[in-house]
Order: sequence, then C-alpha cells, then structure tokens
Amino acid sequence: MVRIKTGNRAGRRLLQAMVAAVLLGPGAAMAALEWNLQSPVTPIAQQIDDLHTFIFWICVVIFVAVFGVMFYSIFRHRKSVGHEAHQFHENTTVEIIWTVIPFLILLFMAFPATKTILAMKDTSAPAMTVKVTGYQWKWNYDYLQEGFGFYSNLATPTAQIENRAPKGEHYLLEVDNPLVVPVDSKIRLLITAGDVIHAWWVPAFGVKQDAIPGFVRDTWFKAEKVGTYRGQCAELCGKEHGYMPIVVEVKSKDDYAKWVEAQKAKVAAAGDDPNKVWDLKDLLARGEKVYAGNCAACHQATGKGVPPAFPALDGSKVVTGPKAVQIKTVLNGVERDGKPTAMVSWKQLSDTDIAAVITYTRNSWGNQTGGTVQPSEIKVARQ
Amino acid sequence: MSSIPHDHVAGHGEGHEEHAHHPAGIMRWITTTNHKDIGTLYLWFSFTMFIVGGVMALTIRAELFQPGLQVVHPEFFNSMTTLHGLIMVFGALMPGAVGFANWMIPLQIGAPDMAFARMNNWSFWLLPPAAILLVTSLFVPGGAAAAGWTLYPPLTIQAGMGMDLTIFAIHIMGASSIMGSINIITTILNLRAPGMTLMKMPLFCWTWLITAYLLVAVMPVLAGAVTMLLTDRHFGTTFFNAAGGGDPVLFQHVFWFFGHPEVYIIIMPAFGIISEIIPTFSRKPLFGYASMVYAVAGIAVLSFLVWAHHMFTTGLPTAGLLFYMYATMLIAVPTGVKVFNWLATMWKGSLTFEAPMLFAIGFLFLFTIGGFTGLVCAIQPIDVQIQDTYYVVAHFHYVMVAGTLFAFFGGTYYWLPKWCGRMYDEKLAEIHFWLSFVFFNITFFPMHFLGLAGMPRRIPDYAQQFADWNMVASIGAFGFGFTQLLFFYTVVKCIRSGPSAPARPWEGGTTLEWTVPSPAPYHTFETPPIVK
Repeated sequence: MVRIKTGNRAGRRLLQAMVAAVLLGPGAAMAALEWNLQSPVTPIAQQIDDLHTFIFWICVVIFVAVFGVMFYSIFRHRKSVGHEAHQFHENTTVEIIWTVIPFLILLFMAFPATKTILAMKDTSAPAMTVKVTGYQWKWNYDYLQEGFGFYSNLATPTAQIENRAPKGEHYLLEVDNPLVVPVDSKIRLLITAGDVIHAWWVPAFGVKQDAIPGFVRDTWFKAEKVGTYRGQCAELCGKEHGYMPIVVEVKSKDDYAKWVEAQKAKVAAAGDDPNKVWDLKDLLARGEKVYAGNCAACHQATGKGVPPAFPALDGSKVVTGPKAVQIKTVLNGVERDGKPTAMVSWKQLSDTDIAAVITYTRNSWGNQTGGTVQPSEIKVARQ
Repeated sequence: MSSIPHDHVAGHGEGHEEHAHHPAGIMRWITTTNHKDIGTLYLWFSFTMFIVGGVMALTIRAELFQPGLQVVHPEFFNSMTTLHGLIMVFGALMPGAVGFANWMIPLQIGAPDMAFARMNNWSFWLLPPAAILLVTSLFVPGGAAAAGWTLYPPLTIQAGMGMDLTIFAIHIMGASSIMGSINIITTILNLRAPGMTLMKMPLFCWTWLITAYLLVAVMPVLAGAVTMLLTDRHFGTTFFNAAGGGDPVLFQHVFWFFGHPEVYIIIMPAFGIISEIIPTFSRKPLFGYASMVYAVAGIAVLSFLVWAHHMFTTGLPTAGLLFYMYATMLIAVPTGVKVFNWLATMWKGSLTFEAPMLFAIGFLFLFTIGGFTGLVCAIQPIDVQIQDTYYVVAHFHYVMVAGTLFAFFGGTYYWLPKWCGRMYDEKLAEIHFWLSFVFFNITFFPMHFLGLAGMPRRIPDYAQQFADWNMVASIGAFGFGFTQLLFFYTVVKCIRSGPSAPARPWEGGTTLEWTVPSPAPYHTFETPPIVK
C-alpha cells in the first residue's frame, strides 16, 4: 500500500512538472525539480558553481552555433529540394581556424579552473582538524584537539527502506551523530578508511575526497552559513554503499563551544568501568543498540543474515558454543584461506560494547544460552 | 543463420562456386576460417550480449523506479551494475566492433580474407566461454562480482569466487582482443590491393588500424592489473594492501592506464563507421580526410596521457591535477576537428535521410553532447562535484550508447544489404531510429540533473528529492529496451524476406565493398582489384 501511495505522489509531482513545463516554459518547471548543483555555502563550492555555469554557457553557445549550421544544411542541402552535391573536400584555412579557435576557448576555461584548484589544495592554517574514517558502512569522526570522537550511522529506520513505513523528509540522508563544526572557520579534514575505499562528499561544501585504507589524505572547507548539510559516500564500498550518509551541522561559534563542552561531559560520564559486573537485562539493552549500529547491516535485525555471504547468527554454532570462540571471532574477525572476509575485526569497540553485543546475540532469537559475557572477560581476551 | 550466403548465391557471375566448400550446419560455424562467417558470429554474439546486458540494465532501472527497496537486494544490485558494465564493454561493444572489422576491412581494402584465418576463428571462439564464466558467476556461492566494472580493491579482495571467474573471463577476452588486433593490423598493413596506399584507405580501416594498436598496447596492462588482484586474493601478495607495503590507488592507476585508451577503443571504430555513412548519404567525399586520420591518431596518443582524470578525487598532488586537467581538455581539439569535418562533409551535399544517415546524424548530435559533458568533467574542480555521480553515468552513456551503439545500428543498416543480399524495411528502421533517439534522451538526459543535484552512482536506493527524475529515466529505459526488439525483428525480417539488393544499394557508395555482388560471395577478391 505504502509503495503504491508513494508512486502516486511521485507521479503526480511529475505530471505537475510536465504541465508546468508546457504552460510556463522550462524555467518555472525546473523550480519544482532538482536539476542543478546544490546551493554552495563555502567559497570553494561557490567557485565551482560559477565555473560550472561559465563552462555550461560556453558549451551551449558552441552547440547552438554548430548544430544551427547542421540543421541549416539538413534543410537546405537535401536531395529532395533538388540540391546538387558540391565536390569540395579540403580547405586548409578553415581547418586551421577550427583547430586554433577551440584551443583558445580552452585556455579561457583553464585559467579560472587553475585558480580554483590552487585554492582547493591549500590546506594550510586550519582553525581545527577532524579525522574522518570510513568504515563499512558508517563514518567515524575524531576531534583530535578536543580528545573525543564518535561513530555516525544511518538513522533512517529499516521499515522506511523496506516500504513498511512512509519515508521521512530526510530519507537516507539522516544520521544518529552528525559532524558538528563552527561557522566561518577553516576546518581541515584528515580522511582515511578502515576497510575499503570510501569517499567523503558534501555537495554544499564542494568537498569530495576518497578515503583510502592505509593512507591519510587531507582537504578543507569553511562553511559560511549556519545550518545542516547532507551528503553521501561517493565510492562504491559494498552492500550498504547507498546507506552511509554524511550530515554536517554548522553551528555558530558559541553554540559550537557549548556543544564541545556537552560532548566532553558525556564522554566523561559514559566512561564504562571495565571491571563493573553487569546483569543480563542491562547487557541485553545495551547489546541491542550495539548490534543495530554495527552488526545488523549484514547479519540482519532478525539474526538470519543473508547466506551465504553473511551467515545467520540465529542458531549459529559460534554464537551458541563456547564463549571464548565467539569473543575471539568478534575481536579478530574471520579469515578464510589467509585473507580477510567481510567479518572484520571489531576491536575498536569498547570492552563493554563487545560484552553487551555478544550477550545479546547469545540470548536473542532462537539462541537461549542464558549466560552473560562480562566486560572483564573481553579485557582479558584482548591481552 | 540459414540466410547467410553460401554455395547457392555464388551464381552472380563471379565463378566462385568451386571455392565455397565448407561443412554444413553447426560445424560450419565452429570450424570456419572465413572472415565473413566470423564477422557474422561476432555480430550475433555482440547482439546476444547486448540483450543480456540490457536485461541487467532494466533490472537496475526497475529497482530505481522509486525510492526504497522493491525488486532486488543491494548486493545483487551491485552485481547487476558490475556485470552490466563488463558485459556491455567486453561482450557487446568490443566484439561488435570486431564483427564490423571482420566483415568490412577485407572488403574495403580488396583483400581475400584476414591475414591469420585460423587465429581469427580462435579469437572468436574464446569469447563464448568468457561470457559463460561471467554470467554463471551469478550462481556461485557469494554471488557475482559486485565491486563495479572498475574492480577497485580492497573491495574486490573481499569478494567471493564470483570475482575469480570474472578475472578469468577478463583474461580470456583480453587474449581474444589481442589476437583480433594483431590480425587486423597485419591484414591492413600487408593485404591491401595494389594501388591502395594507406592514405587512400576508407576511414573505417584507418580508425580500426589505430584502435588495434591501442588494444595491443593496453590489454596486457589490464591483464596485469587483474592478475595482481588474483595474487592479492589468493597467494598472499600485497600489491594493493597498505598493510603489506602496497597501495590501493596503484590499482586505479594501472586500471585507468588501460581504461582510458579503452574508451577510445570503443568509440574509434564508431568514428570510422560514421565517416563511411555521412559521405555516402551526402553524395560528397569526406571533408578533410587527412586531418581526420591525424585527429584519430592524435586522440590515440593523448589517450595514454590522461588516465588520472578518472582519479581526480583520490588526492593527487596539485601538479598532477593540473597536468591531467590540461591534457584532458586538449582532447577536445581533435574531437572538435572530427565533428567539424563531418558537418563540412554534409555542407552543400545532396542529403538523403535513410536509416543509416539518421543514426549517423543522431550520433553526431548526441555524441557532441557527450563530448561537452566530458569537457565539463575534465575541469577538475567541477569534477569534484560530479565524479561518481549520475552526471558521469549520463556522460558516458551519451558516448557509449548514443555514440558507439548508434554507429553500430547505422552500420548494420548500411551494410546489411551487402551482408545478406536483401534490403531492410526502411520504414521499420526509421521507426527504430526515432524510438531509440527519443527514449535514449528520456533515459539519460535527466541523469545530468540527478548528478548535479547530488545523487551518487551505484546506489540501489536514493533520497526523496531524486525520485522524479529517476522515475522518468526508468520509463525511458524500458522504452529503449523494448525498442531494440524492433531492431531484432527488422534485421530478421530483412534476412528472411527482404527484397533483393543490388551490388550498390546506395547511390553515394564509392568504396570497394560496393563493387562485389550483394550478398557478398563467400570468397571475394581472390584476384586483387586494381585501385587507381
């Protein structure tokens, strides 16, 4: 039902756009549909936008001129109006002209483009630096000077993706923890990846940089307007490539300072004591969240996985067998024939998170082992 | 296949009947060393792969008809985009071009056959096993390759055995291409009729000669890249793994050193076909023949110097960005020369608009749009916004589909009378053109908007603001797909029941193939013609 309703809405919008196009001319219709670069909020994005407009119009003028000539020829030099073919087939002067003129036009284009490239590549003197790490399939932001960091996951509910609930306004472009930065400040990003190549892209900033595992690249932006800006991973990175959005909140400098304080307080409060003994209920509640954020993409919320690529946890021998084997699997990942598989190492999670998620998988769906795994056991297993 | 001319058609007074002995039935096709038979095999293989790759494209467009997941799972979606790309490039477009080369190069240079007739047979028969490897990889554990046709590691290192089948398929197709190219180079350099100097050759032969050199140069590079992938996957090497001292970006450099010349490999035979069709239907010699040859050669040389424009967002140094941007922009100059020359050929001609000419004009118009968007992509700062978006998808379909595929359609209608001795149904062919032209633009033009507005490519699901144009594109895609059934019908109808074609069905045709009867006898030019 939901799907059909969405279709009708989209269809109606399309129809409106088409009618508008016929009645009001292309300009009015385009207002209803996305058809150009997103509004720039950084000086670089503005330059890119101007550059695109400039080159677009040069191309339009050349196109109209060249194909004006072709259509003139098509209408006037056709056999059916009795036109006799001339037999010329060379003219050195003309050929030199149409080699040289395009070359000069290219110089015109290259000049502003060069200026923009030089500006884009200048990452010197930033106000602050954030390290961005791409993972399958989420982003991690590390505030290097402030000493905290967090993961940023897709926040769109699965029900919306599977058409069981109406889609929200920011469908697929919403995250649990956005990157937060101050306005009017040069933010330098150090970009890398933990598994495969990703690309960090926010169109309104004019920034797209591949995140390459094992290498760190840098780029920068300086947002000039407070607001929320959305982008997506732009390099195919596997199954959930379409589901790792980027959201950046640009705050005023005061708001940003407050946010940093709140963030630091939260980190201090949330610091788990690895020696604390948890009861089953609390571990299950914590584990469910950790599972949804890290495991469900492959193993699915139902625990059934997507065999054969992503095995089921429900009824799995590893999950229902000895604890030590499962802890080792989660900490070290799985290798097959000496090469890593999609089950990567999760040792970047805290002892408490790993203990919680293992407890959760051992006591969910059809798995009823009954026991808990405590953070202290993970701590020992790490050594 | 029964309509392909053999013994009974040799009665056109050429006295070839005693030479036309060959096995009948399936053995004829398996053992054939005849360039016309092999050309036919290549063309049917290409069409079959075009349909297979087309079904995959429609699976993609069905999933993208609306936001949300409706038709396939994301992993299968990724396999579809990957196999669609590989099958169209290596299964449909490249073998299609070799099919035209096999049929037409000997006829256009007055040669009795290809230089290496047995190797010609082997080059073709390598292709079906490669295609089977690719298609059956869908059914192995872990599914088919799903890392995009560009096969970037480390994603390809994670994949299941479908990736290994893909790697072997690429090795086999590469071997086939290299053999085909050596054959074409040798044929053109050694078997031209007396008097046919290189600068008197039809332009189709020139573009293929240069294409063949490109293929020999770059297919081994691709083979090297995928072999390194294979050893990284199974034998513990770390060419592309930083943990072992390698670099994932190294693969991209090696791949695109193959990949950029590859896109010219795909377009240049199409340039050749267009350069045959436009003079014929303008009833005028090709304008600027010599500059056309130099332009193709210039594009070929430049194609080795621009590969990193596919990698503008990997974090190249400033000097690298500037070099690759300037070099890429330069390609607009020889490409512009070609477009201007084609227009000058039409200028003051005596134009008629049969189906081949319609496809040639459609090619000119849409390929030029693809050329302009290519120029936009070449400007590195703009490319930062549109790299890996639907803008790029639009750009390369304007050159691959409206460019190469339209040229193949035009070439098919142009030479069908020569191939099977019968005329196609002009009205159906013109409907085929107009439907293809309209649906092509409905499919791919909105993708420019999607890319500019920020929709990444290779995603199975998208945000709401992209919904309208995606729906338009999907409608166009199904229209375009079903239109090609009309192409199939038109060609089959021509082969089975078209009216007989004269030796020279086109008034403006001046090249050597129009001097032999239609259909072309099984053996032609056993005594070389004299070219003045």
